[in-house]
Amino acid sequence: MDLSLIWALIIAFAVFAYVVMDGFDLGIGILFMSFEVGDDRDQAMNAIAPVWDGNETWLVLGGGGLFAAFPLAYAIVMPATYPLIIAMLLGLVFRGVAFEFRWRDPGHRAFWDFAFSAGSLVAAFTQGMILGALLQGIEVVDRGYAGSWFDWLTPYTLLCGLGVVAGYVLLGATWLIGKTEHGTQDRAYRAAKRWAVITLALMAAVSLYTPFLEAQYYSRWFEMPYMLFASQVPLLVVIISFFLFRGLMKRHSWTPFLASLALFLLGMIGLGVSMYPFIVPDQVTIWDAAAPERSQVFMLIGVAIIMPVIIAYTAWAYWVFRGKVGTEGYH
Amino acid sequence: MFDGFDALLLARIQFAFTVSFHFIFPAFSIGLASYLAVLEGLWLKTGNQRYLDLFKYWLKIFAVAFAMGVVSGIVMSYQFGTNWSVFSDLAGPVIGPLMAYEVLTAFFLEAGFLGVMLFGMNKVGKKLHFAATLMVAAGTFVSAFWILSVNSWMQTPVGYEMGENGQFLPGDSWVTIIFSPSFPYRLVHTVIAAYLTTAFVVGAVGAWHLLKDKTNAHARTMFSMAMWMAALVAPVQLFVGDQHGLNTLEHQPAKVMAMEGHYHSYPDGAPLYLFGIPNDAEQRLDYAVGIPHLGSLILEHDPNAPMAGLDTVPDADQPPVFLPFWAFRVMVGIGLAMIGIGLWSLVARWRKRLYDSRLLHKAAIAMGPSGFVAVIAGWIVTEVGRQPYTVYGLLRTADSASPLDAPAVGASLLAFIIVYFAVFGIGTWYILRLMRQPPQTGEKGVASTERGPVRTAGITPGPHQKDAPAFEPDDGLHKEGE
Ligand code: HDD
Ligand code: HEM
Ligand code: HEM
Repeated sequence: MDLSLIWALIIAFAVFAYVVMDGFDLGIGILFMSFEVGDDRDQAMNAIAPVWDGNETWLVLGGGGLFAAFPLAYAIVMPATYPLIIAMLLGLVFRGVAFEFRWRDPGHRAFWDFAFSAGSLVAAFTQGMILGALLQGIEVVDRGYAGSWFDWLTPYTLLCGLGVVAGYVLLGATWLIGKTEHGTQDRAYRAAKRWAVITLALMAAVSLYTPFLEAQYYSRWFEMPYMLFASQVPLLVVIISFFLFRGLMKRHSWTPFLASLALFLLGMIGLGVSMYPFIVPDQVTIWDAAAPERSQVFMLIGVAIIMPVIIAYTAWAYWVFRGKVGTEGYH
Repeated sequence: MFDGFDALLLARIQFAFTVSFHFIFPAFSIGLASYLAVLEGLWLKTGNQRYLDLFKYWLKIFAVAFAMGVVSGIVMSYQFGTNWSVFSDLAGPVIGPLMAYEVLTAFFLEAGFLGVMLFGMNKVGKKLHFAATLMVAAGTFVSAFWILSVNSWMQTPVGYEMGENGQFLPGDSWVTIIFSPSFPYRLVHTVIAAYLTTAFVVGAVGAWHLLKDKTNAHARTMFSMAMWMAALVAPVQLFVGDQHGLNTLEHQPAKVMAMEGHYHSYPDGAPLYLFGIPNDAEQRLDYAVGIPHLGSLILEHDPNAPMAGLDTVPDADQPPVFLPFWAFRVMVGIGLAMIGIGLWSLVARWRKRLYDSRLLHKAAIAMGPSGFVAVIAGWIVTEVGRQPYTVYGLLRTADSASPLDAPAVGASLLAFIIVYFAVFGIGTWYILRLMRQPPQTGEKGVASTERGPVRTAGITPGPHQKDAPAFEPDDGLHKEGE
């Protein structure tokens, strides 16, 4: 298999790991203001506090990996989505420090709770819009971004932003179901039901909109022979949704979260179906953007050796803090 | 707004602003992580409760500083793409992999073990917890290793080939690229800088509490440890800095000319200027006060050695002089002051007055923030002195920037300034409030009056907690640690 393709898969994996792991953190953050002050909020914080930093590191790997393996793509996408990236970073600043500051200063706890929630919302929304901006196409001339700095703002990107927000909230709510008990858990079940419906509706809207953005997307989804493969994706979405709702009705602890993850995975696969082999749609393929073989090989060695170790100790850290936060605390 | 500005200048200011802010936190957390590892190690070895108390005391502060380091660092990893996209495209094949290695070997290590270090004391046992602390400390060092390797390659690029599209491509040895000529000096100098920065903060906090109560045993231990660092390590920094400068003279002579204020060549020995106002327009140092021949003596080890000045460098390739010249003097001045404090502490120690000398304590408090000033000054020397290039001698700063409009860069710069000053200002305030609490026996740490979420409440009960009954521990969910 060729190196650039391997690297595209590694970055897709990093992005997926990020979306899954930080997705539930951010989702909980977005829901945070709707929790009652006191026990509910504290339990919600308990559910993510020891792991958020590790989760966010996948974002650095996604960005850093893109820089290293596909520098041209990084150099085009960053300026093209400049205001969104800056807004996302500032959102992450607020939500990241809130973890600490909230406890430092009870007098201003209400403010930091708000900063935590608003920061999470901004980060999630802008991440969705960045994805949308990439999918709808970026103007490239001569190895550089050639559009203006507001090209990213369209109804489609707004829709994608909402979709990601809803999806993260769903992940967050279903994670809380697994991690909490009693009243907090009941409220998480209710939120999860609501946001499952919203997420699926937005997923459907984005999926129907996307194929009409580019001829390639259209042919991938609606023309033979691609359609035979592509049509499996919506089919699986329907099946997973069934499990999601069943889990929620029967009050299973972890199936709702796993089903939500599966939905995200299908979303990623859908993305791959539309975009492959482009990294900047219709302009730059993964081979155009690729760093030279020496760079890719050098990093691949590192990934092959270190990634399993990282996954192992990340799993260990989750294991150390396993169990319901409510009953045991982490102490 | 910002329409009349130059997008390039704004982008440079933005990068300098965000990276300077970022570096303040690593300068502290690299040193503090190692200090915490030392404290925990001493506790495990001696069983002396005082070390555990100090560990817990500084752990609270570390948690806040680290969080700010992380969020400001995440901004940095995107600044390359947002502000320097052309540079990213061209230099990405060489420096991108080094930064990817930083993520893989350092950031995940720090982040993965941080949770355990902060809240896991009762969950994993002493040994494993110590291992986690060591991992976090190692992570901060490895992170410095890679990012300084990147920076050093940009300062002294080697081991690359030029691609057809103008890209720098890696040559056949990555070792050459990673260990570029300025890297060993920069790594040692910067890591020592971080240790000194931390030592002077710890020393100042110790001194502050000694002034209030000179019998406080914890404050004594802290102060004593910090003064040993000052006495032993500050002189080493002078030596390392000197070697670093000689290396720079070899590879980036124009930078040294700027640092020294040498606008002109000195065919029979250059002076060392102590003072002067660089005047780029007239190419001369106004109001110069200098010691003849000392410059040549320091840099060439021969008082009469001829030294070339900026008159030998084409105008378009000259760095600005004012900032490197003054920043260098600030840094070296602080370095000498640190050595001075170290010697003073030795004398006081010898006369058994280390814990009584109020003047020494006051001086140590005054020097508390000096490390931060010195590291920022050092970076200004390094970065401004290598202008007008991003990849030295090969790629100009003006050719590195993103194709962005001034309003976009200006608006985001403004947002960064407002948010950073507000958020990190408040964070610093919280840290200062933690430092104001005297360290004491049975320091509340991980297993304390938990009232809340692990992440912090557990380990870092705020100073306000006692008088904040609104957040009483609830229903035993957050029970006392074992
Ligand atoms: C000599 C040390 C040093 C220098 C020059 C820099 N950093 Fe840094 N950085 C660290 C030392 C460090 C650290 C000590 O490892 C930090 C501080 C707090 C932390 O979590 O790790 C860190 C954190 C940190 C993070 C967050 C990691 C995480 O998620 O845990 C990122 C993404 C960066 N840095 C990126 C950068 C970039 C792109 C830099 C240059 C432009 C840079 N750093 C300069
Ligand atoms: C963390 C400590 C650092 C500080 C305080 C610092 C400071 C600065 C300053 C003041 C400038 C602006 C110079 C000018 O515009 O005249 C600058 C520019 C720059 N620095 Fe650094 N720097 C640091 C670390 C780094 C590192 C580690 C890298 C590389 C990985 C780096 C890469 C750059 C680049 C690409 C520029 C832009 C070009 C320029 O305008 O000079 N810097 N930095
Ligand atoms: C005591 C005398 C010192 C000397 C002679 C000295 C020398 C130097 C020189 C020549 C440079 C520029 C290297 C280059 O860009 O090529 C430098 C950079 C730097 N200095 Fe110092 N230094 C001293 C003390 C300190 C102290 C006390 C600190 C901080 C506590 C410090 C922190 C730094 C940092 C962070 C840099 C930028 C990174 C680097 O290039 O190493 N220095 N120093």
